[in-house]
Amino acid sequence: MEYNSAKIEDFHDIWVFCEQRSGKLMETDFELVSEGRKLADERKAQLVGVLLGENVKELAKEIGGYGADKVYVIEDPSLKEYSSETYADALCQIVMDKKPEVLLIGASTIGRELAPRCAARLHTGLTADCTHLDIDMNKYLDFLKEASSIDLSTKKFKMEDTNLKMTRPAFGGHMMATITCPRFRPCMSTVRPGVMKKGEYDPAKAEKLVVEEYHAALTDPLVKVVKIVTEEKKGVDLTGAEIVVAVGAGISKDVEKGMALANELAEVLGGGVVAGSRPAVEAGWLDHELQIGQTGKTVRPKIYVALGISGAIQHKAGMQDSETVIAVNSNPSAPIFEAATYGIAGDLFEVVPKMIASIRAAKAAK
Amino acid sequence: MKIYVCVKQVPDTSGKVAVKENGVLDRASMKTIINPDDLNAVEAALQIKDQEGCEVIAVTMGPPAAAGMLRELYAMGVDKAVLISGREFGGSDTFATSQVLAGGIHHLGLEKEDIVFCGRQAIDGDTAQVGPQIAEKLNIPQITYAGEVRYENGKVFVKRMMENGYMEVEAETPVLITCIKELNTPRYMTVRGILDCFDKEITVLDYPTLENEPLIDKTTIGLSGSPTTIFQSFTPPVAKGGEMLEGTTQEKCDALAAKLVRKQLI
Amino acid sequence: MILPEKYQLLRKNFRNFAETEFTDELQKKLDIEGGYEAEMYHKMARYGFTGIKIPVEYGGQGGDSLAYVLMIEEFARVCPVLAIYANTPNSLGGGPLVMCGNEEQKKKYLPDIASGKKHIVFALTEPGAGSDAGGTLTTAVADGDDFILNGRKCFVSGAPIADYAIIYAKTDPSAKGSRGISMFIVDLKLPGVTIGKAEAKMGINGYPTSDITLDNVRVSKADLLGPLNDGFRMAMKTLDGGRLGISAQALGLAQGCREEAIRYAKERKQFGKPIAANQGVSFMIADMATEIEAARELIYQTAIAKDANSPDSSMKCAMSKYFASEMANRVAYKAVQIFGGYGYIKDYKVERFYRDARIMSIYEGTSQIQQLVIANTLLR
Repeated sequence: MEYNSAKIEDFHDIWVFCEQRSGKLMETDFELVSEGRKLADERKAQLVGVLLGENVKELAKEIGGYGADKVYVIEDPSLKEYSSETYADALCQIVMDKKPEVLLIGASTIGRELAPRCAARLHTGLTADCTHLDIDMNKYLDFLKEASSIDLSTKKFKMEDTNLKMTRPAFGGHMMATITCPRFRPCMSTVRPGVMKKGEYDPAKAEKLVVEEYHAALTDPLVKVVKIVTEEKKGVDLTGAEIVVAVGAGISKDVEKGMALANELAEVLGGGVVAGSRPAVEAGWLDHELQIGQTGKTVRPKIYVALGISGAIQHKAGMQDSETVIAVNSNPSAPIFEAATYGIAGDLFEVVPKMIASIRAAKAAK
Repeated sequence: MKIYVCVKQVPDTSGKVAVKENGVLDRASMKTIINPDDLNAVEAALQIKDQEGCEVIAVTMGPPAAAGMLRELYAMGVDKAVLISGREFGGSDTFATSQVLAGGIHHLGLEKEDIVFCGRQAIDGDTAQVGPQIAEKLNIPQITYAGEVRYENGKVFVKRMMENGYMEVEAETPVLITCIKELNTPRYMTVRGILDCFDKEITVLDYPTLENEPLIDKTTIGLSGSPTTIFQSFTPPVAKGGEMLEGTTQEKCDALAAKLVRKQLI
Repeated sequence: MILPEKYQLLRKNFRNFAETEFTDELQKKLDIEGGYEAEMYHKMARYGFTGIKIPVEYGGQGGDSLAYVLMIEEFARVCPVLAIYANTPNSLGGGPLVMCGNEEQKKKYLPDIASGKKHIVFALTEPGAGSDAGGTLTTAVADGDDFILNGRKCFVSGAPIADYAIIYAKTDPSAKGSRGISMFIVDLKLPGVTIGKAEAKMGINGYPTSDITLDNVRVSKADLLGPLNDGFRMAMKTLDGGRLGISAQALGLAQGCREEAIRYAKERKQFGKPIAANQGVSFMIADMATEIEAARELIYQTAIAKDANSPDSSMKCAMSKYFASEMANRVAYKAVQIFGGYGYIKDYKVERFYRDARIMSIYEGTSQIQQLVIANTLLR
C-alpha cells in the first residue's frame, strides 16, 4: 500500500503541539518550543506551534516569545476542553494538510493519549516519553559520548542522517534507546515534562510571531465529559516518592539545622520527601511513618540521599533498590557507601549547603 | 456482550535486568510476567463479567510461550484466550502491534455492545501507545488512564485520571479503556481454575488465518511494517556502586551536580 | 521431585497470595494481639483455598493431597499461623466429613465449609486423654432421636471462632481402650455448649485455642458421623491427613527460616566480610538446606502415596510429621543462631519462626507418638 506519510520529501518544519488547559498554556509547551527552536535551527527550518481550544488566540504570543516563528490556532467550542476525538480530528487534519517533518507533543496524560491516536491515523511512527532529541549527527555523537558507555571509536554512523533521533529510557530505566522514524513523516515524539530546558522569553520574537487561524471540520465526540475536578496534591507518600532524603544519627549535633538542610535539599532536587533511619525516628526527630529500613518502610526512589546514616543492613534493606543513591557521611568507611552510587565523605553540615548550591547552579546552567 | 482484554507477557524489569555487552537486552535470561497494568485490565473485565455475565476474551500477541500466561488468565476466570503468533508479526513496534491486535479483534468480531480493555502501558517499553492505537484502528472511542470504571446498560462511566485531578467521562459501547494500577486489585487464580486451565484450548491466530483481514498487510505489521526503528540502544556509563567523589568539598559537590545533570535526574 | 506444570502454577499462586496478603503488619499484629483475622479466612475461601481438598460436588475444589501440601508449605513459608486457616477445613475439620459423612451430612455441611461461611474444628483431646484415647471421658448416651453429650475437650484449635466441632465421645462404656468411641458433628450454638477462654500460647498466635465443655448437649442422631463405636479408627485416619498438613507447615516454616538466614548471612558483615564467608555459618546453612530438601521429597512422596491408598501411607504420614517437625526446630534454631542478637528480637521474623516451630513436634501427635506409629507398623 502507498501512504502519503511515506512521501517524506513533502514534509518540512518542526512543529510543537501546545497544550492548554482551561485557557492556560502548560509549562511543558515552553520547554518543547525552546527545544524545538534548537532542532529547527539544526534543520534550518521553521518552528511552528499548534494551539487548539476556544478563545485561545491570545496565548499564541507567549509561544512566539520562546522561539516559535508561527502558530496555527484552531478555535472551536468543541475544543474548549480536551477530547481525544475532537483534538485528534483537528490535529490530524492540519498535519495532513500542512505536512510538518517533526511533531513534538508534551508527554502529559493528555499528550500521551492524543499522540498515539494521531500517529495511528497519520500512519507514522511515534516515540513515547523522550528525554533527549537530536537531528544533527555531530550533536548526537556528543550526546552519546556523555551519556552512554558505547565505545564510539568502534562504531560507524552515517553522518548525513537528518532523521530526528529520539532518545528515551527503556526497561524501567535500565537501558536507553534512540529511536528514529526514517520512512514516514511527521516524526512524532512525546517529550517528558521537565526534561527539556525552557529558554529565555524574548518579547521581540513574540512581536514577530505569525499567527494563522485554521479551520478544522469536527464532529461531536462519543466520549462525553461530565465533569472536570482539580485536586490538591495529596499528603506525603514515602513509598511512592521519586526523591527521598533520609537523615540518620549524624544530624544529632544540630537536629533543627540538619532537618532544615534535608528539607532544602529535597526541594532543590525537585520536591522530595524527608525521611529517617531507625535511630532518627526513635530519637523523635521524625514521625514513625517516615522510618526507612527493615522495621520501617521500603522505598525505591529515583534519587535517595542518605545524610549521616551509617548504613546498617537493617537500613539498607529498606532502600537498596533505589536507582541513584547519594551518601554523605563523616566516616569514609561507613557501610552506606557500599550501597551508594555517589559517596561524599565529610561533615554533612559542611557538605549539604555546598551541595544545594552546586545543584542550584547546575540546574540554572542547563 | 463481549469484553476483550489485551495483555502482554513482559520481562520482569523490577528484578535484575540483564543487558548484553552490545547494549541489547538479554531477554532469555529474564523472568517473564504478565504486564502489571494488564492484570488491572483483566480484573476490570472480570468485574463486569461478575456483574453482567458476559464473555471475557484475553488477546495477546507474542511467541508460543505466551500461552503460559494465557493459562493463568483462564485460572483467573477469563472465558477464552487468544494467542496471535507468527514470524510475520515479530519485531513490531507499537504501531504494528496495535495493527495486529486490532486485526485480531476485528477477526474475532467487535460488536456494538462490546468493550476493549488494555493496561495503560507495558513495563518493558512504557509507551502507553498500543491502547489508543488499537482504538483508532478499530475506529472506536478511547478512554485512557481509567481510575474507576462502572458499566450500566451499554454505557461506561469512567474516572479518567489527570496529573492534577480527574475527568468524569461517559461513553456508549463499543469503547476502549486503558487501565492504571489504582483502578483495582487484580484477583488471584482459583485452585479449581488452575486445575482446569491446562485442559482449556488456546485459540491461535497465525498470519494465514488473519491474512484477509483489512488491517493485516505486510506493510503494516512486523518489522517491515513498523514506522520506527531502534537507531541505537545503550546503557548509561556509570555502573551502580560506590563511586567516592574526590577533591575539596566544593569540588565533590560540583562533580555530584554534574553527574546528576548527565543522568537527567535534575 | 520435579513438579508437573499444574503444581508449579499452584505453587506460584499460593506464594503470590501469601507474599502479598500476609503482610508483616498483619503477622506482627496476630503474634502480639492474638485473636483471629476473619477477613483473611474469607479471602482464602474466595480463591478456593479453604476447600482445596473438598470434592467439587460439595462446593470444594477437588484438589489432591499434593496440591494441599503445596498450599500449606507456601503459606507457612510466610506465616505458619495463617497456614492453619487454610488447613483446618481441609484437614481435621472437614476431613472426617469427607471421609465418613453420609450424603445428607456432606450436602448439609461441606459447601458452607468450603466457601468459608462456616468454620469446623476437631475436638479429640481431653484433660485426661491425649494420645491415649483410652482415657476419653466424654460420653454420648442415646435418648430417643438424640444423643446426650457430656464432657470436656481441651486444646481445641479454632474453638473460639468455630461454628461446628467434630467431637469424639464414648458411646459404649463397656468397651475397653480406644474402642466404643463415636464421632459427632456438634453445632457449637447448641444449649449446653460452653467455649473456654483462649489459651495464652508460646507461638502460633492468631488462631485461638480453647476448651469446649459439653453439659447435657442434645445432638441429633443425624449428626452421628461414621459408624457407631468405631470413631477412633476414623480419628486415626483423619490424623494421617492432618499429619501431612503439619509436615507441610513445618517444611514451609523451615524454608522461610532458610531464606531469611541466607539473606542475612550475605548482608551482615563482621571482621570486614559477610558472616556467610565463615564456614561456621555457611555449613549451618548447608545443613539447613539439606534437611529441608530431604523433608520436601519425603512429604511430596507421602502425599502421592496417600492419594494412591498405598498400604504404608499411614506410616509415611507419621514419618513425614516426625522428620519435618523435628527438622523445622533444628532449622529455626540455626536461623536464630545466624541472626545472633537480632534473632532474639521480635522485629525479626526468625524469632517468631522459632517459637512457632516448637508446637509442630507436639500437636497432632508428638514426635514420640509418630515414632510409636512407625515402629508398630514395622514390627507388626
